[in-house]
Amino acid sequence: MSANLKSVPLEAVHRAAGGQLVAFAGYSMPLHYGSIRAEHLAVRLRAGLFDVSHMGEVNVTGPGALGFLQELVTNDVAKLTPGRALYTVMCRPDGGIVDDLLVYRDEDGYMCVVNAARHDVDLDWMGQCLAGHQAQLEDVSAETVLLAVQGPEATGIVQSLCPEADLSQIRYYHHRHGEVGGIPARISRTGYTGEDGFELYVEASHARELWSKVLEAGQPRGIVPAGLGARDTLRLEAGFRLYGQDIGEDTDPLSAGLGWVVKLGKGTFNGSDSLGRISGSPPRAFVGLRLGAREVPRHGYPIYRSSRQVGEVTSGSFGFTVGAGLAMGYVDPEVSAVGTELRVRLRSDPEQWATAPVVALPFYQRPPG
Amino acid sequence: MADMSAYRFTKTHEWVKPEGSDEALVGITDHAQAQLGDVIFLELPAQGARLSAGGRFGAVESVKAASDLYSPVSGEVVAINSEVSSSPELVNQDPQGRGWLIRVRVDGDLPRDLLDSAAYDSFAEADTH
Repeated sequence: MSANLKSVPLEAVHRAAGGQLVAFAGYSMPLHYGSIRAEHLAVRLRAGLFDVSHMGEVNVTGPGALGFLQELVTNDVAKLTPGRALYTVMCRPDGGIVDDLLVYRDEDGYMCVVNAARHDVDLDWMGQCLAGHQAQLEDVSAETVLLAVQGPEATGIVQSLCPEADLSQIRYYHHRHGEVGGIPARISRTGYTGEDGFELYVEASHARELWSKVLEAGQPRGIVPAGLGARDTLRLEAGFRLYGQDIGEDTDPLSAGLGWVVKLGKGTFNGSDSLGRISGSPPRAFVGLRLGAREVPRHGYPIYRSSRQVGEVTSGSFGFTVGAGLAMGYVDPEVSAVGTELRVRLRSDPEQWATAPVVALPFYQRPPG
Repeated sequence: MADMSAYRFTKTHEWVKPEGSDEALVGITDHAQAQLGDVIFLELPAQGARLSAGGRFGAVESVKAASDLYSPVSGEVVAINSEVSSSPELVNQDPQGRGWLIRVRVDGDLPRDLLDSAAYDSFAEADTH
């Protein structure tokens, strides 16, 4: 493993658990602990514990914090009351996406959670945008550990570690400060898997203790440690975009199908002019494609409508729950309607094609209740 | 692990193990399955297909990549492991045992350029770095 990779506080724990560590966004992170398939299915059927401490956390405080964030991101932060969270993107003036992020509202400020690979770029951009606002940024990424407990058993497992609190009161995209196994934590009902569950933000010094307590409490319910491999196949089934693959500086949120986080009516913000101009007719459309059980699309594969190339796969893999090859990517808007028969070229020599109808996202939705 | 002395290996990470007088099982090595990650499905030849040593006989699709399979021997496919067709994870769990792929009636002796277990292990180790 390259010496200039950063370590997460739990690296030794992952090694001891049989984790295969790989370089991801400058960090040495667990790809899996034996089998991506087994971890994927465990999260869908029981529960998985993910270390996603590579994510960056930035506190935003001061009387001008709201004004700053309203100009920075596309979603409407004014609607965010304490105890709530929202998903958004932040754009350059040309509408290109700097990053996608979560914004949490606390009584005394906000916390932004950004992608590890974009941490430095984001901090630089946020610093530039700070001019003229009475607000402060505090990067707390290094001292914050983020563990995600996801799956149908996840809420029960975390609840068993919080005897004092009723976690059912924390609804989806809400959060609360409390204690999990006696450890002070931000308890957030969010995730990146398409399952119910919590994301727990704790101080790095508590990481080992929290990891062990969640695994121990979850053991009777079949929890397993899960790596970035399962996280990727789970988020694909759930239709979540991945920064650096599905979205980036060369894509805009409207083409990416993220129009629901772009609130053009809230006032001027970074990218609002550019996005306003393409609103209603974005140049490309982001679609989901469902292939066969023996066809696996991958990033970069071309998408065709009969003999004309109309786009490219940005995320592709096998959906272990759906039981089919799944792809997301950009295509020309005129061939983006659900039901349109497209084709993905799986191989060029010898040529191999898959029939790939456009389907509604997400590919997978957890059963209600 | 089973006795490795009967196994021979290719530099493309397949193994072959003689069974009886003129047949052999063929599969992929433990090193190969670890590199590929979870096997999603296998493309295998039909029973009766003719194989030539070093020729492509199928492919293995894993979460990481699609990889071609090359036959260690020349001969005729006499059986496909139906168990791995329905449970491809067997290739990850027991690649040199229950995760075998095809049974071949081998033409003559095994090719001389195949590696023994010790030679393959050092080849695979070098291949990892």
